[in-house]
Formats: sequence, C-alpha cells, structure tokens
Amino acid sequence: MWVLLVLVVIVGLWMVSAYNGLISLKNQTVNAFKQIDVQLKRRHDLIPNLVNAVKGAMDFERSTLEAVIQARNQAVKVNASGPEAMKQVSQAENALSGALSRLLVTVERYPDLKATGNIGQLQEELTSTENRIAFARQLYNDTATQYNTKQQQFPTTLVAGVAHAERTDLWEIEDQAERAVPQVDLSRR
Amino acid sequence: MIGFVLFFAWLGFGGDYIWALEGSHPFPWLGLFLTTAAIIGVWYAYKTGPEKVLWSTGAAELTDPKTDAERQVANVVDEMAIAAGVPRPRIWIIPDDDPNAFATGHDMRDAHIAVTRGLLTVCNRDELQAVIGHELGHVKNLDIRLMTTLAALVGAVLLMRDGMGRMMRGGGIPIRGGRKSKNAGPLLAVLLALWVISWILAPLIIQLLALAVQRGREYLADAMSAQFTRNPLALASALAKIEAADAPTRAIKSGAAHLCICDPLGRRLTNSEGWLADRFATHPPMSMRISRLKGMGYAQLKKEGGSFTSSVSG
Repeated sequence: MWVLLVLVVIVGLWMVSAYNGLISLKNQTVNAFKQIDVQLKRRHDLIPNLVNAVKGAMDFERSTLEAVIQARNQAVKVNASGPEAMKQVSQAENALSGALSRLLVTVERYPDLKATGNIGQLQEELTSTENRIAFARQLYNDTATQYNTKQQQFPTTLVAGVAHAERTDLWEIEDQAERAVPQVDLSRR
Repeated sequence: MIGFVLFFAWLGFGGDYIWALEGSHPFPWLGLFLTTAAIIGVWYAYKTGPEKVLWSTGAAELTDPKTDAERQVANVVDEMAIAAGVPRPRIWIIPDDDPNAFATGHDMRDAHIAVTRGLLTVCNRDELQAVIGHELGHVKNLDIRLMTTLAALVGAVLLMRDGMGRMMRGGGIPIRGGRKSKNAGPLLAVLLALWVISWILAPLIIQLLALAVQRGREYLADAMSAQFTRNPLALASALAKIEAADAPTRAIKSGAAHLCICDPLGRRLTNSEGWLADRFATHPPMSMRISRLKGMGYAQLKKEGGSFTSSVSG
C-alpha cells in the first residue's frame, strides 16, 4: 500500500517536472522566433538608409539597387499568419538576403567607392545585420530542435500531449540557388 | 564560498582553542571576528567584484562607438548576444596594446565584457567574434559570478594574512611553549603547528581553489564559442594570435588573471603540462585548447562533405 503511494507520488513529481520543462522550452522557442522578427525589422529599417548613401556613387549599378529595394518592399509586405506564414516570410527574406549579398559583392568591386565617405561603415552595418539574422535563426533552430527532441523522446513523449507540445518547423533555406556551393575562382587574370 | 568561510572559521576558532588550552582566554573573539570578517568579505566581494575588477584594469565603458574598430566590436557583441540568447552585456575597452579579453559580472542581466585595444587591432572580424563568443560562454555558464568573487577574495585574503602576521610579530598572540598546559602537550603542539601552517598557506589555498574551478571552465567556454559561431577554427587562430603576442598584458593585475581568455602574465607554466602545471596554472595549455578546437573544426568540415565554404563565409 505504502509502496504504491510512494510510487504514485514519484510519478506525479516526474510528470510535473517534465511538463514544466516542455512548457519552458516551448516558450523559449516562441521567444527565439520573435527574435528573428526583431532582427528582420531592423534590417528593413536599415536598407533605405543604405541605398540612399550609395545611390549617388553607384548610379551605374541601378539594377542592383532596384532589386534590393524591391525585395525589401516585398519582405515588408509579407504579414501573413497561420501555418504558411513562416514559409512566406522566409521566402521573402531569403530573396532580400540574396539581393543584399549581390549589392555587397558589387561594392567590393569598386575599391575607390569603399574608400570614399561612409560606405565602409555601412558595409560593417550590413554585415552585422546579416550576422544578427543568421544568429537569431541559429538560436531558433537550436532551441526548436531541443524542443522537438524532448517531446519525441521517451518518456517525456507521454506528457507531450498534456502540454500541447507540437513539432515546430525549423528555419530552412528555401531558395535553391542559395543552397548551392558558390564557385570560387582564385586564378589570377 | 562556503569552503572559504569554513576555512576562516578554522583559522579563527582554532587559534582561540589553542589559546584557551593555554588558559587565560575567556572569549573566542578571534574566531568570531574572523568568521564575521569572512562572511562580510564574501558578501562584499560578491557585491563590488565586477566594479573592482574593471577599475583595476583601467577600463573605460564603450557607450558611444566612434571609430570603425569600436563600432565593429559593439556590433560583434550584439551579434554574439543574439547567438547565445542572453541580454546584451556592457562593453569595456582596456587601454593596452596586448590582445586579451575577460568577462565579469553577477549574472546574465548584469554582465560586462572587457577587451583590450590590442585585441581589436590584432584580430579580424571572425576571430573577434570567436573571442567574444568565448566570453559570452562564461557569462551563460554563470562562471563570471564565481570567478569575479574569487578574484576579489584572493586580494582580501592577502590583506588579512599580512595584517595577522603583523599582529603575531607584535605579540598580539603570545606563543608561549606550554607554560601552563603541561597536560595538553602533544595535542596542543600538533594543533598549533597545523594552525600556523594554515595561516602561512592561506593565500596559496585560496588561489588553488580559484585555479581548480577555472581550468575546466576554459574548455567549456571554448566549446560554447564554437557552438555560437559554428566556427571553431576562428577561435583557434585567435588564440594562436593572442599567444603569439607574448608581451604580458600590463593593465591586468594578477588578481584578475584567471578571468582572462589567456593568461595575461605570460607565464611559462600555462604552456607546460604535468602535475605542477595542472595545479598552479590559471589556464589549460594553449596548445591543448587549440588542438581541441581544430579537432572540432575538422569534424565540422567532414560532416559538411569537405566543403570549406561554410566555415569561412559569414
């Protein structure tokens, strides 16, 4: 009789701690996802400044700049909710990432442009912004993976239903072109 | 911390006991005084540790970055705080040309990261990122609280030891070779010897305590840096560069040495292995740290199918 009671108490305590662990991970995942949003917003605010700063010096690269502006506006517009939201947001943001990296490469091509004015400073800002977004995603993916693993593993999986734990999607690269390994040509011409 | 207080209680009450055996000592004031002093010391060290450590290095807080290097380090700290998922720590710049860095503070919400000017000039962006990642690893593990308190305590112990030594020489504690206490002879002698040895060894013991905690933590922080940046080779090359600049970091005193990413005193001990180095060095041998990081880097490259691009981009 006593043995049974002790057993029930032990199981009960374990369930409480497993449940709380899952809830804590769930909220960490949500928070990490919001962090990506914060960093994306920061990037959207930064881009008009950047384009304004290089516009005069880079009239000859009008198409690159326009691509950035267009991708940025597209990304700001995406405001969907629901299960498809993440896919759409990540698609738009990846397009913007692509346009920005092309701009960075273009700036690299003109050393005298880098030397003049505050282009170097803007370049640092842009690099930092891209890094922030990448690290925010990394944190989200790490936390979400931890959460997914926890809720699928035995015996925590027994409590997962009670805690309404569901598999969360990881942030993936949607653009196939981005996944390809870039070709680096180091031969001197 | 508890060990520290108990140690002082032994120093105090042990002295009282020996004194009492000799007679003519009604109240254990020495024990009470030292124990209270130890408790206050721990509390005070915990409260003011970060400020003291930063003040002793002459660091200035970076609130409004002006030069490119300052902007870059502010950005890098922001990025790594995001990667680690901790609040942004405060940044301090130490006016010293030798590359080094340390973290201090009480918890994640009250953390400080200090880098020397030399670090900013020596390291490129990736390496700076790795070094900051290492420091944020200390922050996230809450190493900073323990290490900073220990740093303040080492100083306090040295001070107290000096004070007591002066008292003893001045005849504050009369060491009379068993005039009244013929009955407690051998026990008293052993106790007295142990007690005196404890006093002499006090600073050494405290320092060993600090070191024992520290060394294992360095490997952990290295690993966490690799986890945040996904670029262990950057930390390996940063450590190699910091080590190559072997001039001692003059701004950082020995009391705060164990906080730094690499031993600021440039002691030979840090680079050797073996029993003595294992006990007395503040940091694990640099070559061991670098080789472990390189191991991580190659494992990562192998997993990604031998392409080098993902570890050098970004």
